[in-house]
Amino acid sequence: MLEIEDVAVHFDGGKSGTVVALENISLRIADRAFSVIVGPSGCGKSTLLRLVAGLQPATKGTALLDGRPIRGPSAERGMVFQSYTLFPWLTVHKNVQFGPRLKGLPAAECDAIAHKFIDQVGLTGFENAYPEQLSGGMRQRAALARALANDPEILLMDEPFGALDSQTRSLMQELLLGIWEQAHKTVLFITHDIDEAIFLGDHVYVMTARPGRIKREIEIPIPRPRTIGVLTSPEFIAFKRDIIELMYEESIRAAEVRAQG
Amino acid sequence: MASVFEPKQEIPARLYAGVGVFVGVSLLALWCLLTYGGVVRSDFLAAPDAVLRAAYEGIVDGSLISNTRASVVVIYSGFILASVIAVPLGILMGSFRIVQAAVEPVTNFMRYLPVSAMIPLLILWIGIGIEEKIAVIFLGTLFQQLILMADVSARVSKDLIDVSYTLGAKRRQVVTRVLVPACMPGVMDNLRVTMGWAWTYLVVAELVAANSGLGYMILNAMRGLFSDVIMLGIFVIGLLGLATDQLFKFARRLLLPWSATF
Repeated sequence: MLEIEDVAVHFDGGKSGTVVALENISLRIADRAFSVIVGPSGCGKSTLLRLVAGLQPATKGTALLDGRPIRGPSAERGMVFQSYTLFPWLTVHKNVQFGPRLKGLPAAECDAIAHKFIDQVGLTGFENAYPEQLSGGMRQRAALARALANDPEILLMDEPFGALDSQTRSLMQELLLGIWEQAHKTVLFITHDIDEAIFLGDHVYVMTARPGRIKREIEIPIPRPRTIGVLTSPEFIAFKRDIIELMYEESIRAAEVRAQG
Repeated sequence: MASVFEPKQEIPARLYAGVGVFVGVSLLALWCLLTYGGVVRSDFLAAPDAVLRAAYEGIVDGSLISNTRASVVVIYSGFILASVIAVPLGILMGSFRIVQAAVEPVTNFMRYLPVSAMIPLLILWIGIGIEEKIAVIFLGTLFQQLILMADVSARVSKDLIDVSYTLGAKRRQVVTRVLVPACMPGVMDNLRVTMGWAWTYLVVAELVAANSGLGYMILNAMRGLFSDVIMLGIFVIGLLGLATDQLFKFARRLLLPWSATF
């Protein structure tokens, strides 16, 4: 269980004074659930994810994973970024086993782990390719395999498909759901794409414009396994309408905040 | 149909090579015209055959070989010494604010000094031997390298560092296993660029109290208006520089096969 209790994050914004990125955030993320945070750009949702990763200290409040306070980054909280973060000097195979090797597992076991996850994300045959030689979608699949190879307690995903074209993005969403439905890891996923949020999530949290707060938690009881066909179902559209309305207010507020700031 | 004068447009490989050869041959023809045509006096511009003869004589009496060897020793020693310091220090400087605070002000001051301004002090401190010449190359290269290497290091993406932490890397591992390899293509490129600069300091380094080296050979030939020897020296420096550059290109392809070559 990931518990975030009354967290605030303030940045020193230089001349413009203190920037309140997050305020009064309280969240409980159930184990094995797929939770999605959706919000307008600049609402601090990435800051919230970085806080859980341990890459961003809280100004106020605490974040606990299984009752233990998060004090820094750790292999138990794996992360996939929007930008391409494969190590360019390592092959796909070596990239995926980067975490297991750091843990000091024997080489044969690292190899087996790498094979398993490369197979799971459908990159078999590309083990010896360097990231430079891969398409954007393939790089993100390898990055996902690398995060999963570490067997994290929770998988943090910061708009991982944001840089991909829409066809590739749909394929990646289905692939991710396929893997998640087998492994049932706890996932905290961030996006500004409403379709993506509803399609993937058990729970969708809508965030407000800066300072970021959780505006609404919405449960998505659409049965799994979900396929692309779900996107046009009446219940999907009903959820989408709700969230669009919530987001629309916030986008306007976000624009106003930016105009003032 | 794309014109060959379209910006950023590829041209056929044969045309590319042909244009290069054409310009080279034209310059050679111009040189012949000016010298054999009697347009320029031979004291000012030696004819191609005179330069070739000077080269032949220099090889036969061994002076060209020994001068070349002396220069190569000076340049490589100065360059390697500077690189051994600049690469690690520059990488730290670009990624650790505390190192930057300590090193950057001095570096920025030193890199605007003409290296020739340091020669009197260098002679006073370390004499007029080969050490002084190496020191000129060293000082001329080191501070430029520091700034370039720091820039390479500063450009390594923060996400690459962050993802390493979330994969379980400790701070030391992030530096040795991620920051350093991520810097390598930029390091190689900038070593190649600064090697070119090191060559340009050669004549300055051999300006004072030298008794061997290509720079010395050129300066010495000037006294007797031996323009053939001067031009020979320039050609040899140019060719050695070109060879070094190719060596760097080759090494980069060999050592960093994963990074796109230029």
